[in-house]
Amino acid sequence: MKNLIEINKLGFMRNNRAIFRDVDILIPQGKVTAIMGPSGTGKTTLLRLIGGQLTPAKGSIKVAGQEVPRLSRSALYNLRKRMGMLFQTGGLFTHLTVFENVAFPLRQHTQLSDAMIRSLVLMKLEMVGLRGARDLMPSELSGGMARRVALARAIALDPELIMYDEPFSGQDPISMGVLVKLIRTLNDALGLTTVIVSHDVQETLSIADYVYVISDGKVIGQGDADSIKHDQSPQLQQFLRGLPDGPVPFHYPADTLKNDLMGEGAA
Amino acid sequence: MINQVAALGSLGIEVVRKYGKAGIILFRAIFRVPNIRKGFPLVVQQIYAEGVLSLLIIIVSALFIGMVVALQGYHTLSKFGASQQLGPLVALSVARELGPVITALLFAGRAGSALAAEIGLMKATEQLSSMEMMAVDPLQRVIAPRFWGGFISLPLLTIIFNIVAIYGAYLVGVKWLGMDAGAFWSNMQSAVDFRLDILNGIYKSVVFGVVVTWIALYQGYDAVPTSAGIANATTRTVVYSSLAVLGLDFVLTAMMIGGW
Repeated sequence: MKNLIEINKLGFMRNNRAIFRDVDILIPQGKVTAIMGPSGTGKTTLLRLIGGQLTPAKGSIKVAGQEVPRLSRSALYNLRKRMGMLFQTGGLFTHLTVFENVAFPLRQHTQLSDAMIRSLVLMKLEMVGLRGARDLMPSELSGGMARRVALARAIALDPELIMYDEPFSGQDPISMGVLVKLIRTLNDALGLTTVIVSHDVQETLSIADYVYVISDGKVIGQGDADSIKHDQSPQLQQFLRGLPDGPVPFHYPADTLKNDLMGEGAA
Repeated sequence: MINQVAALGSLGIEVVRKYGKAGIILFRAIFRVPNIRKGFPLVVQQIYAEGVLSLLIIIVSALFIGMVVALQGYHTLSKFGASQQLGPLVALSVARELGPVITALLFAGRAGSALAAEIGLMKATEQLSSMEMMAVDPLQRVIAPRFWGGFISLPLLTIIFNIVAIYGAYLVGVKWLGMDAGAFWSNMQSAVDFRLDILNGIYKSVVFGVVVTWIALYQGYDAVPTSAGIANATTRTVVYSSLAVLGLDFVLTAMMIGGW
């Protein structure tokens, strides 16, 4: 199977802290691949590295055979036209209506007539069930609706790759179910390659073809959903079962409580 | 000791980095403008947001400032029997100094703070990032039109300020205090030089337009994407812009005064 994204020996530092150390990830074309892991492990950073918004300290990130960190600005922008990204907050333009938000990439990158843009936008909005909300402003949408509009915008240019940053966080059960179904349907119907970054275990495992679990700067588990569920690694089990303490510590590194309470500054 | 030297060095690097970043933003805002078809409507939109929406505060302030200068000037001049010189006093004060400087200060408070907050919020809500991921350069789509909007608006606002302030002085001097209208206008006409007084004032406002808009855009674009970060960016925009306007006014006046 061909891989759309190939990440080799990726290293990335932030404030002298290693976010990734020699991480290898392959994203197969046409599949839904999930990147999971606890909060603060750099999942969103990984998406930004794939999208070329951040530059790695070392290693290689290839998207469609192109080495992203080495691309010129124009080549990177051309590559981004083939990607769609759904941000955690949606990232909708607050001064534009739902219709104009979805039309934005079409107006920027195509010379299509207004009539053609209208038809395309309405089709994309129909796919996410929000054709009737086209005249609303983003401030009038619920969180789930805003994400669906952002999804319609992300697929406006019919990208090959779509990346979702925490699509399920803060969603009510109905919105969650709609999004899960939508992500799978869009991937299969449009022949996309999907990358989902999430820490919502059940929802993500229910639609992912392949899963990577990242913690402490490295990949701690990978495989299809079943093999991940049955992996006996303590780190993986702690994450999947939501245990408060284990290999991933509950406490942020600190001096002992006794020293803190009895030491300098104590009453 | 070594730590203090290291902290000083680190501060120096940070300052140079910030100036470098601000320079790059200005360079790109000037040279990476959108094409005419897409860019012109965006610039017009910004002239409306930054210029037209600032008109009310500019007109009201100009009217009262013109009236106060006339009132103060008339009483002082009349002690020397020179009340007929009120026209030149007001026109020269307004065209050379008060017009460009006060308009720029008001512009920094009204439009500059709004620009910084808007761009900071766009950053915090990932609108700029999503634009980048849609292969649209935010510097071209968001920053450049706002820069040109401010660059064009401020000199126009200054011209309007000058006209309204002089009219305010006319209302006080002629209509209220009973000066002769002919003397008011003819003395003003003979004392004011178009190039040395009017144009020099406009040149100042062009420089202030660049500086205030640049500071606002940089502060918004570089803001820490939190509510406190945006509040800081807005405050810094007004403080830095005001100081820059007052400092530059002295430098520009010193450069222009040779011709007076």
